[in-house]
Amino acid sequence: MHTSRRKLLAGSAGLAAAGLMKLTLAPAQATPASMTVAMQKILQGAKPTPGRVTIDLPPLVENGGTVPMGISVESPMTATDYVKAIHVFNEKNPQPQVISMTLGPRAGRAQITTRIRLADTQNIVAIAQMSDGSFYSGEAFVIVTIAACLEDLP
Amino acid sequence: MARALINVPAKAAKGEIIEIKTLISHPMETGFRVTFNGTLIPRDIINTFRVTYNGVEIFAAELSSAMAANPFITFTTLATESGTLEFHWAGDNGFSVTETATLVVE
Amino acid sequence: MNRLAACLVFAASLSLSVPVGAQSDLAPSERKSSYEMMGAQSRSMQDDDMANPAMLSVLDGEALWRKPAGEDKKSCADCHGDARQSMRGMAARYPSYDVAAQRVVDLEERINLCQAREQKSEAFGRETKDMLALSAYLALQSRGMPIAPSQNAALERSIERGRAAYFQRQGQLNLSCANCHDDNWSRKLGGATIPQGHPTGYPIYRLEWNGVGSLQRRLRNCLTGMRAQVHGLGAAELTDLEAYLMWRARGMIMDAPGVRP
Repeated sequence: MHTSRRKLLAGSAGLAAAGLMKLTLAPAQATPASMTVAMQKILQGAKPTPGRVTIDLPPLVENGGTVPMGISVESPMTATDYVKAIHVFNEKNPQPQVISMTLGPRAGRAQITTRIRLADTQNIVAIAQMSDGSFYSGEAFVIVTIAACLEDLP
Repeated sequence: MARALINVPAKAAKGEIIEIKTLISHPMETGFRVTFNGTLIPRDIINTFRVTYNGVEIFAAELSSAMAANPFITFTTLATESGTLEFHWAGDNGFSVTETATLVVE
Repeated sequence: MNRLAACLVFAASLSLSVPVGAQSDLAPSERKSSYEMMGAQSRSMQDDDMANPAMLSVLDGEALWRKPAGEDKKSCADCHGDARQSMRGMAARYPSYDVAAQRVVDLEERINLCQAREQKSEAFGRETKDMLALSAYLALQSRGMPIAPSQNAALERSIERGRAAYFQRQGQLNLSCANCHDDNWSRKLGGATIPQGHPTGYPIYRLEWNGVGSLQRRLRNCLTGMRAQVHGLGAAELTDLEAYLMWRARGMIMDAPGVRP
């Protein structure tokens, strides 16, 4: 009786350990919290003002593997008043960073396009760093659908 | 060899804002995918993209695994003088590609 | 699991809604290319060659066209000259009957035959970077041209076999190709819109693949989704299906290399 109980306990401990193993092996997902941490590395305690940043993303994407994204920031882009950088973050990919771009007054316009990956339906945040040290931010919500019949991985 | 496509207008007026489009072949393997037998596919991405215009940096980007395969990036610049634009991509496993384009400013 | 569940739910709904014995070909006036049915973002990716990642493959293909290979160091261009003229409309006619091989071959196999007979070089494997690049370059030369299967008795038999396979229920979900692509096109399967399945843009840059792939890869992808027997790359069954699909899309305009979700 005792032996079997011990075995059972040992077994469940093993299962718990296996469960933990699985947890530690899974890649850390970018939760809104980890996105905040990543954004703070740029913001250094500053608070971004919502506005001036427009993210152009389709509200519903056909495939999360390649999502066209445009970002524009309202700025005169003169030698004294321009966008220094644009940083893009996501909530639910394995990592919060997407892309960080360095611009300058010679850009003429603060307007870029690129293609990103979205693992899930989520918010995308872009932060614009201005030449005077201020920050502005914009957000977009994207629904990512999953195709029904995917092919097997090679 | 990695292929790159760059679109810079051949000619521009001085002070004109021109759009530059870039596309480069690269798998952008995220480092988070596993094969059927559970082996992790190692990360292989482009980390940096840098553009200079007659030697002066006009655009730079730090890329992550969240960038789609075959990175496509467009941006703008002021046409200031005739010259050469140099595009440089660098990444994991010693990936390094440099391409140039010429621009005539009238 | 979600995907399997979605397929199963779909299969269950089909068994109720599909009229038994519906085996007529899609009327030509009803036909819509997959390009027309996809979202604006995907379409704009294809509209601009500078934004279409398949064009990177085309650049590789153009280099391969001129690259000497094999015993005699002959390039494709040495025999065929400028592909923009000599290969115009060629991809729109494949699969075709090859007289020497005495069978119907698709574009990829035709490339291999040329490599073996004329170039005496090593054959590109299917779905390899080089094969996709050369076939993308060749397919581009038919862009804007109507799909035009040739008139040949052996090709007609291949089309018939492909047609029979297309309407045949198969696999664990007991679905035929027609159940999705004739009876339920424009409806959703999971998050994806079901297209009619016209191969106007192959090889395609598929967003899901993060790369370029052939029609045979896409067909195998469908067979996997149907939980049916997946024919090996280069199998005659796949060539027959290709032949039927090209016949079914006859007259439609080639837009290769396409971008698809």
